[in-house]
Amino acid sequence: MKFTTLLASAAMALGLATSAMAEDKTKVGFVYVGPVGDGGWTYEHDKGRLAVEEHFGDKVETVFVESVPEGPDAERVMTQMALDGADLIFTTSFGYMDPTINVAKKFPNVKFEHATGYKTADNVSVYSARFYEGRAVQGHIAGKMTESNIIGYIGSYPIPEVIRGINSAYLHAKAVNPDVEFKIVWAYTWFDPAKEADAATVLIEQGADVILQHTDSTAPQAAAQEAGNVVTFGQASDMSEYAPFPRVSSIIDNWAPYYIARTQAVMDGSWETVNTWDGIREGMVEIGEISDRVPADVKEEALAMKAAMAAGEYHPFTGPINKQDGSVWLAEGEVADDGTLAGMNFYVEGLEGEIPQ
Amino acid sequence: MDLGEINPVLLIASLMVAATPLLLAAIGELVVEKAGVLNLGVEGMMIVGAISGFAISVETGSPWLGFIAAAIGGAVLSLLFVLLTQVALANQVASGLALTLFGLGFSALMGQGYVGIKPPDMADIHIPVISDIPVIGPILFQHDPILYLGIALTAAVWATLKYTRVGLILRAVGENHDAAHALGYKVIKIRILAILFGGACAGLGGAYISLIRVPQWTEGMTAGVGWIALALVVFASWKPWRALLGAYLFGGITVLQLNLQAAGVAIPVEYLAMSPYIITILVLVILSADKSSAPASLGRTFHASH
Amino acid sequence: MLEKRPQPSKMWSYATPLVAVIATMVFGGVLFALLGKNPVEAIGTIFWEPLFGEFAFYYRPQLLVKGAPLVLIAIGLSLGFRAGIWNIGAEGQYIMGAIFGAAAGLAFYPLEAWFIFPIMVMAGALGGWIWATIPAVLKVRFGTNEILVSLMLVYVAEQMLASVSLGLLKNPEGFGFPGSRNLQQYESAYNAELIAGSGMHWGVVTALIAVIFAYVLLNRHMLGFHIRLTGEAPRAARFAGVNPARLVLFCLGLSGALAGLAGMFEVSGPSGVVSIDFNVGYGFTAIIVAFLGRLHPVGILLAGGLMALTYIGGEIAQSQLGLPAAAIQVFQGMLLFFLLAFDLLTNYRIRAARSEVA
Repeated sequence: MKFTTLLASAAMALGLATSAMAEDKTKVGFVYVGPVGDGGWTYEHDKGRLAVEEHFGDKVETVFVESVPEGPDAERVMTQMALDGADLIFTTSFGYMDPTINVAKKFPNVKFEHATGYKTADNVSVYSARFYEGRAVQGHIAGKMTESNIIGYIGSYPIPEVIRGINSAYLHAKAVNPDVEFKIVWAYTWFDPAKEADAATVLIEQGADVILQHTDSTAPQAAAQEAGNVVTFGQASDMSEYAPFPRVSSIIDNWAPYYIARTQAVMDGSWETVNTWDGIREGMVEIGEISDRVPADVKEEALAMKAAMAAGEYHPFTGPINKQDGSVWLAEGEVADDGTLAGMNFYVEGLEGEIPQ
Repeated sequence: MDLGEINPVLLIASLMVAATPLLLAAIGELVVEKAGVLNLGVEGMMIVGAISGFAISVETGSPWLGFIAAAIGGAVLSLLFVLLTQVALANQVASGLALTLFGLGFSALMGQGYVGIKPPDMADIHIPVISDIPVIGPILFQHDPILYLGIALTAAVWATLKYTRVGLILRAVGENHDAAHALGYKVIKIRILAILFGGACAGLGGAYISLIRVPQWTEGMTAGVGWIALALVVFASWKPWRALLGAYLFGGITVLQLNLQAAGVAIPVEYLAMSPYIITILVLVILSADKSSAPASLGRTFHASH
Repeated sequence: MLEKRPQPSKMWSYATPLVAVIATMVFGGVLFALLGKNPVEAIGTIFWEPLFGEFAFYYRPQLLVKGAPLVLIAIGLSLGFRAGIWNIGAEGQYIMGAIFGAAAGLAFYPLEAWFIFPIMVMAGALGGWIWATIPAVLKVRFGTNEILVSLMLVYVAEQMLASVSLGLLKNPEGFGFPGSRNLQQYESAYNAELIAGSGMHWGVVTALIAVIFAYVLLNRHMLGFHIRLTGEAPRAARFAGVNPARLVLFCLGLSGALAGLAGMFEVSGPSGVVSIDFNVGYGFTAIIVAFLGRLHPVGILLAGGLMALTYIGGEIAQSQLGLPAAAIQVFQGMLLFFLLAFDLLTNYRIRAARSEVA
């Protein structure tokens, strides 16, 4: 196709021009789905970008565009970054998957990194974080700390990522507290702080004294604080403004090490297509400080579990685990494979209710 | 599934909280529309109020000053609408939409330094004895002051519209601006005041979200409440008490659907999430017999050409 | 002091957009300067870069892609607005058009046949039409307010979109992730560029046809006359034999069908996927476009282009100059304010104020 050639040659010409002008300045682009001020998902990605700038100083130039809708707008923003001479582009939302692949085809010399997707190409890598490892730690603490034995869970949409977190938290809460019950509320929104506040309040009113959230705002934290004796965990960012109580710990997305490593790889010319799914071991998932309101022995157990996962000795989905309908999913000692985990669309045994379809 | 887990007392208490931002914004818009002006910029004024209130209460440590700042912030933004529609005589629908676009962007710029901060707390009113009465106590006497302000404002607007000369003039301007002008009323001046009042109320509603209901600042956090407030005004057929009722109904359905989910009732969530809107449409149809209340000059530009 | 002109000034109706754009540049420049950016560079990037910059060969077609849905929806809305019929729920109709269109196409998957795309087009128009006909019928039958009903239906449509993305239309090979199959990879359903690299897809063509159609309708056709008459003098229209109920059904239905088409062309072309966040506010922006274009077909075409320009230029300014997205939003808001405000000069004359004895 003529147009593709035109784009490619323009990029090539520009690539030559920039490399002649600024010998070793690597340009890294970031496409964000929300505003950098969302205090959650995009905020953490932007912290990763700033870490890249800090780490490499004058050797890199980073650019970003925020609040880019998924679809043709994303495709245009990526193309524009590539035309402007970006060497590496991080696209940080699942919905950017096909646009990333499309643009990558037109710019074979630009490297692309797509977050949370599953399509790779010669110049497209994918990366994601094993948040469910953090959920396991949360589940453990939650199971130990609940007195009403009711744990509330606020989900965004019923997608594998969220379902995985629910299963992981439930299994580990159940392991330490056989009487535990999960109440799950789907907010059907990625972002609506007021609705998240309502959801948390409802769960608390129905007896939950621990709230886990898979939404990014601090609204549930505030609701728990008001209720008084309800435990929460920070999500996406540390939410330490609610520590030491109600927020007793948190899962933090830490993209910085990965972003720095991949930028380095582009600089060295050692960049290759990878399918990264990193967790606690690699530092992509961090457990925020466990506050003193957690009993010392529980804190110790939680940290031990974290250490075991960091050492690669423990997998949160280790058999025997049955599915909700009682059928066997994992036999004794068997560990879940990444394929099943990636597309997880079932609850484990003991969870009540159905996943909305 | 266990419906017994839903506590009706707490349900009502929390739906009152959920309804308050809606109510504040809707009462303001009701006055604006009674004066014959349609301002679709409620969402924009709310979000500007949300950040104005948040920023000032963080800086001063006083939620009260925050709410005052929010009212001023909302009113200042509505001043732009005044300039467009009352001075430059521009189309109200388009001006309102532009106001929302501008407000969303402007609030995001203002709020850049306020992400991830916790605002000072506004304590609930707790009156000994009556706050502790079972059932009635938690529903009526254990809330934050702004919630009561919302109800008081509803009563005040109702009384003003119904019994005072100001209310009469306001309605006259909204019903027939040419006639009102001929009677010697300052149509433009009255409308400007109404719009500013609407802006201040919307600002309060926004700040209620950022300071009490959530409380935090994030971009776009009003998430469409302003639009629902607009619907609410028509839903209420421009009657203040019906606006209160409607706000509770809207808040109630949202809270109820979350309650049903938590109680494990197997209901399709997305259909429940759309139910408030469908119910509004049904109520509109049912109420359609009552055609008396829409201000006749609503949305029309007034220019004194004689 | 303002004095109404006997008829709108021709001169000012052409000059005001220019004046407004210049005023926006001045005030926007101040804003960008306050944010610590070079104002000349920022404004140059927004307005110049997409049209005449180094990569204009890529951005110019993108203007068509971004502007076409806006124009297509705005044209439909403008007809109703002229008659005083307020459809502000185009966003919902756009969504329903996309859902219907995509569902019709995916129902045939993986069959490849020439008739699939035309069926999708019809389904898309039908989806939007149904969604707009609900407020129309309720208005005609019960006298409910169409502003409200159409707005409420936007939220219902958004929930429907989430529902089908997670359920009915979910890609069976998508590993459980939300979102449909990509129609770009289904040849019979793909609304591809007609000439590669031109940005011209069927939606753009349809938008241009709609502009011409609306122009002819309003200027040469009895129905167009009725629409204008109803808007300007409803009582006279009744005497002239206009059936208001039929007009409501026609205007809402047509605007819904066009919005549905816009959604269908978008989902089968540039976007490709039905997903939870498929809609990006075209339906609301189109209302602004309709007014900026003064409800005139040619004006709408130009206004749609201008909006598209600020979107695309704004993105470039974000990435090249590090301007926050919010600053671009404020800038767009300013542009709208000035366009609306200076419109005054078209219809009114400003006279030096002097006190007159009545």
